[in-house]
Amino acid sequence: MRHTISILCDDTPGVMTRVSGLFSRRGFNIESLSVGHTELSGKSRFTIVVAGDDAVLEQVRKQLQKMVHVIKAWDIKPLEAVEREHALIKLEVEERKRAELLEVITAVQARIVDSSGPVWILEVTGETSAVDSAFNLFAHYRVLESIRTGKIALERGHSRMMKGQRG
Amino acid sequence: MRKGNVTGAKALLKALEAQGIEVIFGYPGGANLPIYDELSRSPIRHVLVRHEQGAAHMADGYARSTGKTGVCLATSGPGATNLVTGLANAFMDSSPLVAITGQVSRAMIGNDAFQEVDITGITIPITKHNYLVQEPWELPHVVEEAFYLAGSGRPGPVLIDVPRDVQQEEFSPHQAKFPQLEGYNPTLEGHPGQIKRAAALLKGAQQPLIVAGGGVYQAGAVQALRLLAEKADIPVIHTLMGKASFPNSHPLCLGLLGYHGRVAANTAVSEADVILAVGTRLADRSTGPLGTFARQARIIHVDIDPAEISKNVPAFLPIVGDAKGILIQLAGLLPPAKRAGWRARLEEVAAAHPLRGKLKGVSIPNILRLLRGLVDDPLMVTDVGRHQIFTAHYFPVDSERSFISSGGLGTMGFGLPAAIGAKVGNPGRTVVAVCGDGSFLMTCQEVATAVAENIPVVALVMNDYCLGMVKQLQDSFYGKRHESCRFGRNVDYARLAESMGALGVRVTAEGEIEPALREALASGRPAVVEFVLDEPANVYPMVTGASLLEYVE
Repeated sequence: MRHTISILCDDTPGVMTRVSGLFSRRGFNIESLSVGHTELSGKSRFTIVVAGDDAVLEQVRKQLQKMVHVIKAWDIKPLEAVEREHALIKLEVEERKRAELLEVITAVQARIVDSSGPVWILEVTGETSAVDSAFNLFAHYRVLESIRTGKIALERGHSRMMKGQRG
Repeated sequence: MRKGNVTGAKALLKALEAQGIEVIFGYPGGANLPIYDELSRSPIRHVLVRHEQGAAHMADGYARSTGKTGVCLATSGPGATNLVTGLANAFMDSSPLVAITGQVSRAMIGNDAFQEVDITGITIPITKHNYLVQEPWELPHVVEEAFYLAGSGRPGPVLIDVPRDVQQEEFSPHQAKFPQLEGYNPTLEGHPGQIKRAAALLKGAQQPLIVAGGGVYQAGAVQALRLLAEKADIPVIHTLMGKASFPNSHPLCLGLLGYHGRVAANTAVSEADVILAVGTRLADRSTGPLGTFARQARIIHVDIDPAEISKNVPAFLPIVGDAKGILIQLAGLLPPAKRAGWRARLEEVAAAHPLRGKLKGVSIPNILRLLRGLVDDPLMVTDVGRHQIFTAHYFPVDSERSFISSGGLGTMGFGLPAAIGAKVGNPGRTVVAVCGDGSFLMTCQEVATAVAENIPVVALVMNDYCLGMVKQLQDSFYGKRHESCRFGRNVDYARLAESMGALGVRVTAEGEIEPALREALASGRPAVVEFVLDEPANVYPMVTGASLLEYVE
């Protein structure tokens, strides 16, 4: 099954290798991984999407939790979280399809963030499925390059991490 | 280069002295010479090994035999990679170690410089934690934290990689603020509710059993476990790592469980209704095929590492924490009991299935029997192979920290260096390494270390001119095709030992066993006794089927 694992950890060299090593040694392919700074200074938050056996992933989570620089690692339930992904798509715009493309851009709530002559860069934000749909629609045009950030996620309300800190 | 009143190397040595370190096992090289230069001015003893793997195993043997954290030191590149097997070994058996490696200077890191290797990258999966020190002023803090991590919670090896220019750079010590380890906070106190529930479960059990792992002796909980077992009259079986976790001669002790376990022990674990497993990973060597392991039992799993709970075997009732406190509390909640029926059942199985090894001639069981009669309370260290299982079965030990073996990794070559480390930590005890001919040859150069450093260990080489465990597996599962398991007869182990300045004795007849052992034990020198075994005898019992109760004995 597919899981979204969230990790709050110290922002220090080597954390990425340590974290990803626990997945790779079991032969799991990380589908996406995003990491960045948080509201806490010196701390980073990872969101990792990975598919694998539930029991084995729970074991991985426990091993992540054991790492010296990991403060908290947990498996996020999709219904209890807000999940987003961000994507950039570079298209070459054909003059005859320009109007149609603008309609698609409006429909999927994408934005034009750069236009250098006939080459535009669009941005799309949303749940993974919404970004997938946008990609499907843009696939009918001349896509030159694209990139997705991978999923980031935060639990709704007071998260378990915050409860842990209060308790 | 910056100026100050202390170099990185000096700060490192001062930090080690502040930890109370009395000995370092190591090997110098270009990238750690500034540390060696400081070592010459330090009261810390240095044992110069002959191969860095030996340094890691010595530090490991020292740690397991004393409970203190062992320290080893190597240079960059090949020095560091030679530590790898020793670190993996310590990691698998949760042995507290701090390994210090030299690294090329910071400006050269990543340039494929001479003797450069990414040792922190290499050792991530086999250390509890590791550090690449970037600034000399970090060293006092890093050393303190490394020792804290190595020795606390579930112990393990920690590596500190120190670039050569960091060792040389001067700085002025100041009270720098370092972030706290928010992510590391081992649970020591067992949950009182869980302990109460465990007591109720054990109280209601008809056929309870204790499985003692190495975590029991590491937690200093041997006595607590014995008192609990005696009070509640619960039979005890042990893993290989847990052999010294319960007195082997105790009437409640049924011996080793698992693939090479005693029939009574494996029967007990298969028939028990409640199992108290303490300080054990319940690893595959102990459980046999998981689908048939302990099917009747509800398992109370006591371990300091929450990641071990239900990893291999589902725990009915987990208790995370330090075994000693948990066992003392648990014993307090248990009423005294007598379990005559259950004990009689297991004693009957034990009587029907005695060990069947040959107690005459030049055989491993006979050598161990004669040795047992000569030494009171020796510290036994084994290598890896058939002799290891023979020692687990035929050499009862009754005192704490009296049996050291490479359990998880199964590292051939562990025995001799680990025994040297154990002897350094226990100069007053008789330390005996039991080795096979294959495993002894893997690290035999450390005889030279023992001689040069005057560390009188006795190594027994059980020579059957073959790789015994490999042969046994080929006998059982590969149609007796003994591919690549015979060694030829070209090594004379006694003369090999003598060439390095140790006492070497060769035994070829039963009548020579005892005199040779006496001579080696009394010599006060490092000694190697080669026993030319009558035959390459297999070690039984051995589980061959789909459960611990399908075995050859």
